[in-house]
Amino acid sequence: MRDITFTAATREALAERMAVDPSIFVVGEGIGPRGGNFGTTLGLYEKYGALRLCDTPIAERGFVGLCCGAAMTGSRPIVDFMFFDFILDAMGELFNQIAKMQYMSSGRLTMPILLRGCIGIGSSAATHHSGSYYPIFAHIPGFRVVVPSNPYDAKGLFRTALRSDDPVLFLEHKNILHLKGPVPDEDDDYAIPFGLANVAREGRDITVVSLGLMLRKTLEVAEKLAAEGISVEVIDPRTIAPLDMDTILASLKKTGRILVVDETFAPCGIGAEIIAQVNERGFDDLDAPPARLHGAHTPTPYSPTLEAAVVPTPQSITQAIRDVLAE
Amino acid sequence: MPTKEQSLSLYRTMQVIRQTEEALARSHQAGLIHGACHTYVGEEAIASGVCAHLTHQDAVFSTHRGHGHALAKGVPPRELIAELFGRATGCSRGRGGSMHLFSPEVGMMGTSGIVGPCILQAAGAGFTFKLLNQPHVGVAFFGDGASNNGAFHEGLNLAAIYQLPAIFVCENNQFATEIAITYSTRNPDVWTKAASFGMPGVCVDGNDAGAVWRAAGEAVERARAGGGPTLIECKTYRTRAHAEGMRDGGYRSMEEVEKWKARDPIKLYAAQLTSQGQAASGELDAIAAEVKALVDEAVEFAKASPYPDGATATEHIYA
Repeated sequence: MRDITFTAATREALAERMAVDPSIFVVGEGIGPRGGNFGTTLGLYEKYGALRLCDTPIAERGFVGLCCGAAMTGSRPIVDFMFFDFILDAMGELFNQIAKMQYMSSGRLTMPILLRGCIGIGSSAATHHSGSYYPIFAHIPGFRVVVPSNPYDAKGLFRTALRSDDPVLFLEHKNILHLKGPVPDEDDDYAIPFGLANVAREGRDITVVSLGLMLRKTLEVAEKLAAEGISVEVIDPRTIAPLDMDTILASLKKTGRILVVDETFAPCGIGAEIIAQVNERGFDDLDAPPARLHGAHTPTPYSPTLEAAVVPTPQSITQAIRDVLAE
Repeated sequence: MPTKEQSLSLYRTMQVIRQTEEALARSHQAGLIHGACHTYVGEEAIASGVCAHLTHQDAVFSTHRGHGHALAKGVPPRELIAELFGRATGCSRGRGGSMHLFSPEVGMMGTSGIVGPCILQAAGAGFTFKLLNQPHVGVAFFGDGASNNGAFHEGLNLAAIYQLPAIFVCENNQFATEIAITYSTRNPDVWTKAASFGMPGVCVDGNDAGAVWRAAGEAVERARAGGGPTLIECKTYRTRAHAEGMRDGGYRSMEEVEKWKARDPIKLYAAQLTSQGQAASGELDAIAAEVKALVDEAVEFAKASPYPDGATATEHIYA
């Protein structure tokens, strides 16, 4: 074990796989000699050259569609969007082509394409560089959607993504990219399967489900509330497609109360989905109405005071937990 | 020049497409086709002339008017017809219909109900072949309508900057459904747009099978040799309506349709072959008769095929 950053963890997973799988290539803007805006491919261009670390024109639809055709014919493309917001220019290729190709070919084609990008509000990046949007992709049949919260999970899930024959969206919150955490030594080949939630903290009184940066904030809150004698169980689904409801429902059975904390929008969102499934399968375990705390349903503003007002904070998470406990 | 064997094979492919399309048009009228049916009648020379140079390892990506591409690439008529009949024996097992024809076994990587993506995907196939050092090519067939779509401009640019083994075949039949190419662009000579991307662009008579065969041969040879992509514009015309059952008036004159029917690519090629002494008319008649038996049998096969089990409707979403 050593402590490395989230970005270093995924970069290690990428480098080790590129060394053994010559069908992997990466496309994106500035992922070649520059090593990626966020350092996601740093040092790889020197090893693998311009075709496998392939800088692109600013043509998201074009290179996503190209990668679709590449994945259909035997290679394993990785699209590095830099900011995940840029994926929106390629939605037709994603929803109508990439997500549907295995189905339309009756399973005779696979779609091993990894789409990664940085998400999240929190650095005055404003509304074209702060989006997350992952519930939209979980809505569509065909995608795997991964939102890791720490370097250990990031590496283990990235390894699984690099072997997946399904299209995977791998979303990295900007504000945890430089977070260091314990990761096994490079010769340890652990991997984390999709659809397996992590119980990030055990507790008795309430279940809180959250992802990515919000998971970090929830853990901070849980630690503080423990001093008051409030015992919070924190569940990190890690992937929202597939979504491990069994772990969430098992936790609810224990605590009787559930809150979903998420940075993305509430309407038709991840909170709505989890709570609907709680109502369907865990209604009898509820001692209080299930609750959700989401980011504001608004484009992302620039100014720090406005920006802070549109995302869940330790204060609002604490209050939401108290509200559920008071029911 | 193609050999006699190649010429007869080209003629036969055109006959397979024409006769299959005519069988599909009759089947549509008979209510055997559940959804859309866009025929390729009048454009047979293009798919036949291009695919004559391809192997099953070469990857073809096509558009909504894709029956001809599937047939020319090697999908048997019975699998195409069964697909439009919605049967389990169809090339997409009943999941696709006219606009989603898949047969990766022969390198038919799909037709699409969306105009444009095939251009990007053919570039992507070219990327794989270059990355893995394979001597194959990616080929996109698309109409003039796609040439005004961003996918055309992004795809050709990407293929050019990476020098990918890809062929972009624009079938300029002059109408995007009912919108004339002269309305939708101030430069209706699609082939000239290749220059914007630093790529060879050629223009051929899309109703002249020999001309298409020669242009495609050069482009495929160049791509296989590492010389990069080519744009081929084939000027042509569809002589049936946009889709079976649709009106075919108002946006074009019947005189114009008749003028193009007189330039029927199959008749033109038959005349070329006989006048050049490459084939006797009896040989060509025998091919047409052999194809008729094949297509008749294919229709019967499709009619007799079972529908897919509804319980399988959510299979194959994930690997």
